[in-house]
Amino acid sequence: MGMHSITVTVNGEKEYLEVPSHMTLLQMLREKLAITGPKNGCSAGECGACTVLLDGEPVNSCMVLAVEVDGHEVVTVEGLAKEGQLTPLQQAFIEHNAVQCGFCTPGMLISAEALLKRNPHPTEEEIKEALVGNLCRCTGYIRIIRAVQTAAEKGGA
Amino acid sequence: MLARPGLPRFDYVRAETADEVVRLLQERGEAARPFMGGTDLFVRMRDGVIHPQVVVDVKYLPGIRDVVYDAQAGLTVGAAVTMNEVARHPDVVAHYPLLAEAANSVASYQLRNRATLGGNLCNASPAADTAPATLVLEGRIVLYGPDGEREVPATEFFLGPGKTARGPAEIVTAIRYPLPPKGAAGRYLKLGRNKVGDLSIVGVAVFGFPDETAPSGYRFRIGLASVAPVPLRATAAEEILAEEPPGEETFVKAAEEAMNEASPIDDVRASAAYRKAMVRALTLRGLRAVWEQLA
Repeated sequence: MGMHSITVTVNGEKEYLEVPSHMTLLQMLREKLAITGPKNGCSAGECGACTVLLDGEPVNSCMVLAVEVDGHEVVTVEGLAKEGQLTPLQQAFIEHNAVQCGFCTPGMLISAEALLKRNPHPTEEEIKEALVGNLCRCTGYIRIIRAVQTAAEKGGA
Repeated sequence: MLARPGLPRFDYVRAETADEVVRLLQERGEAARPFMGGTDLFVRMRDGVIHPQVVVDVKYLPGIRDVVYDAQAGLTVGAAVTMNEVARHPDVVAHYPLLAEAANSVASYQLRNRATLGGNLCNASPAADTAPATLVLEGRIVLYGPDGEREVPATEFFLGPGKTARGPAEIVTAIRYPLPPKGAAGRYLKLGRNKVGDLSIVGVAVFGFPDETAPSGYRFRIGLASVAPVPLRATAAEEILAEEPPGEETFVKAAEEAMNEASPIDDVRASAAYRKAMVRALTLRGLRAVWEQLA
């Protein structure tokens, strides 16, 4: 079994890791680095609970190999808040109670964060399209959409 | 416990040259698999459908992530260009908006950051969203193998569900699209169980352009997905559109013909009968939309 030495920046920290070929980015985050924000839901790129930013773009970390992120930058939900200061988006999720069980929330925040970066004033339709790869089984979509709208009104992510 | 087990064990190789890939595929046969975005490959590995021992990452090959547009030669999209890159590339948006529309209809935003144009076509799902657009834009699949490079027209590339004209030691390196005819317009209409994000129940690409050599003064091309073992062109419908004057009456007739050309199956997403009806509905809608842009 192939092992690979990789260097990856995760939430601003440089990490030097030994990873097997078949290890996914999600496994690397959760099982090597104890970063449990990204969740394992479907393992098939459908549910989005594992969504993280890879070089600023959202990806399903269950569908990326750890070895592929060598030399790259990963941000998980843990990396959004700076010095204990929640982002406007996170604040808006709290204000709107856009969380029920919380399983989808880390992925929702990452996808919404990325949306507001590329499109600071999305329409409701654009928000829905951007979040279509993030499933919430508590059916909390309306509150989530309202939260993204509030964050956008307050000047983006 | 994980919802499903992680990936089965394999060795990862990052290929630097196309020849290195060809050599690995020749030596290891079925045990080696080319890999780009992994959005189909990893799912099939997790489901136990395939068991490669070596996963060969080909997305670092020279040029395989490039989009090159030339006002004479047309568009070359590297096989490993992602769906989001295709959908937002200025040359694709300006000259091949149909391809951009199709690429943008695949799955979700985060999946489109990984899914590649070459992978979508190589996977050869009858439901592949970029296949109808590639068929009607007369795309050519560029393959590299033991005998060097060759091109296969998209119409000859799909052989069956999951089966293509790609040889066992070949890889797809790019897709070439000729310049679209002057004044062309196109639409990709997709019906899924949800408005966006789902696999297609039916996908219809309609592409039309003025052509003095056609009795009707126009030619239309129609590409269908999810309604046959392979994505296909509705050539009998296209003939009607080339012969008879464009307008509602002809469009209704052509849509009916497109429906007759489809040979769908019943599956978890829809019945064959519903799919056929939707081929007719979407083809008609697509023809109207394209005609609105042409007329």
